[in-house]
Amino acid sequence: MEYFLELFFSGLTRGSIYALIALGYTMVYGIIELINFAHGEIYMIGAFVGLVVAGILTSFGFPAASIIVLASIAAIIYAAAYGYTLEKIAYRPLRDAPRLSPLISAIGMSIFLQNYVMLSQTSDFLSFPNLIPEFHFLGKFESMVGSSDFVIIVVAAVVMVALNLFIKFTRMGKAMRATAQNRKMAMLVGINVDQVISATFVIGSALAAVGGILIASHIGQINFFIGFIAGIKAFTAAVLGGIGSIPGAMLGGLILGWTESFCTGYVSSDYEDVFAFALLVLILIFRPSGLLGKAPIQKV
Amino acid sequence: MEGLKKSVLASLWFMFLTLPIMGVFVNTIDKSVTWHLDRVLYVGAAAFVLSYLWRFMLERKERGMKAEEQSAVEKVTLLNKLLANPKFFWPAVIAVAGFAIAFPKLFSMYQVNVMTSALIYVVLGLGLNIVVGLAGLLDLGFVAFYAVGAYSYALMNMYWGISFWVALPLGALLGALCGILLGFPVLRLRGDYLAIVTLGFGEIIRLVLENWAEFTHGPSGISNIARPEFFGLAKGFMAQINFMYYLMLVLVVFTIFVVNRLKNSRIGRAWQALREDEIACQAMGIDKMKTKLMAFSLGATWAGMVGVVFAAKTTFINPASFTFLESAIILSIVVLGGMGSILGVILGALVLILLPEYMRDFSEYRMLIFGATMVLVMVFRPQGLVRDVRKKIDISAVKKALGGVHD
Repeated sequence: MEYFLELFFSGLTRGSIYALIALGYTMVYGIIELINFAHGEIYMIGAFVGLVVAGILTSFGFPAASIIVLASIAAIIYAAAYGYTLEKIAYRPLRDAPRLSPLISAIGMSIFLQNYVMLSQTSDFLSFPNLIPEFHFLGKFESMVGSSDFVIIVVAAVVMVALNLFIKFTRMGKAMRATAQNRKMAMLVGINVDQVISATFVIGSALAAVGGILIASHIGQINFFIGFIAGIKAFTAAVLGGIGSIPGAMLGGLILGWTESFCTGYVSSDYEDVFAFALLVLILIFRPSGLLGKAPIQKV
Repeated sequence: MEGLKKSVLASLWFMFLTLPIMGVFVNTIDKSVTWHLDRVLYVGAAAFVLSYLWRFMLERKERGMKAEEQSAVEKVTLLNKLLANPKFFWPAVIAVAGFAIAFPKLFSMYQVNVMTSALIYVVLGLGLNIVVGLAGLLDLGFVAFYAVGAYSYALMNMYWGISFWVALPLGALLGALCGILLGFPVLRLRGDYLAIVTLGFGEIIRLVLENWAEFTHGPSGISNIARPEFFGLAKGFMAQINFMYYLMLVLVVFTIFVVNRLKNSRIGRAWQALREDEIACQAMGIDKMKTKLMAFSLGATWAGMVGVVFAAKTTFINPASFTFLESAIILSIVVLGGMGSILGVILGALVLILLPEYMRDFSEYRMLIFGATMVLVMVFRPQGLVRDVRKKIDISAVKKALGGVHD
């Protein structure tokens, strides 16, 4: 039972991170029907910016508590800025192009950003300081849920609730939903669609940066390649839940996290990634619109 | 003035973006920070110039699109005109063929080896061109079929001692089989889902090859794969290399012939129609599933066949040769060359494989340039290096030839 709970919580931690990244995919897909292939790279850049800022602040002798806050803020700002620029350069000129074009452009951007970070930083793994402070109020659960697991789960939950409120109640959130439903119609009722799309990229990227900094300080090391696998898995999560649906992305992330955690715990750890991909293939074959997604109606 | 303001802003923006990644290097072990602010200044200067260029190119593209819309006649480029002219076409073909045959006599062994790998990519590109260029199915796991071919020869050779000539068709067959097996369930998916599933499949194949150590020797790979024998004619190292080159040359010619025939055949036209509009296609009575499956498995056939040649050429393979990066390279060959165009794909493969080989100093920047090129080509020249021209049949000419029986 103890082992089961341990796997359960490690799956929950993983799943929360996948969900955070998956939200970016799902929001972008919901609005412009594009798989933002470079989203994983934004997450990686968020983690790197966090590392650099934390390193600078440590060298100036800042206290630990302020470092985590400032590094996270910097990571979020930078990830958002990169997301915004990415959309402007690689996707906006292609908005009316055939569907394959922006997808290929996204793959190109993903390769570019990976190599950009590799060449300007390093191709080795960099150790990431553990920014999350240790605390001991969890009592007997501590052996199963570390303090960083706890922080990840809580932060992810708070962020997701906040996002849901934002989408439901704010002006921009409503504009986003309208644009997702019908872009032309939204334009006709006076919504600045360009602005909405930019905002989507900014929010999605910021969420990815939160995930990036949390997981980096949980695992303790990063390199330029972490975005690729995390990106594909988060996309799997988004598809699992039904791409375009925000609660779906959260649910999908958790299911994927648990699947991986239990399969590696009870079956074999060599095939960790295979389980994720196999799950993706199976879901797409049997339920192409995902768990909470709606099947698209094809109109002629 | 407006342009100057925009460029200054762009320059400042990119300096801001690159500051933490390019400008600072943090060593977390001894807690030291190194600054490279000069690099950020270079980025700023480059962004200033490039933003002018970017706007100029975008404007030019827009003007071009408008002009095309107004004239309504499809633009025919000079290259396409020349190719359509038999007076130019046949001498060009003969010259290229002569050069290709004389290549091993003219250049060193190293060059021949490099050229052989480039030819392998030509065939891979042409194979993927069937799937992506003609049928419009984005396959991001193409390298999986290449791996299937390479490993099928390596394993069959290791366990049963099967020779290259038997493995070559078997590899192609296994590639096609894998294409059908994968294609059957996933081809129902729409374009971008298909991309991700094929990517996942490619990764699964690689991970299995890596982890199933008892069977595939895991990450350390398989070495001492037998080179092909040619009735004892190719003896010695040098002759072997030349022989591989000629073998690839024959395969390339064979591929070009088959793909060209396919392109203008009934099934080829069905692929192109399916690429343009699925619903209209189904309304015309084209079996969507069968047509797509055909494209998928035919593309995989070439990858499987060339995989066998690759294993025989390098005599050593391991799963690291079959990463997603490889799929991305093959895809960019197709995209850069011009989707659907055979000549374009050949040129694309030669440019993308030979250029980095001869620019060793830039080899670290190879993938960076790759990525940037993919984006830039999509934004500014979506049709690629060589624009694919659809074969046109002039109905009035056909009527005239028939003697105006049906008017």
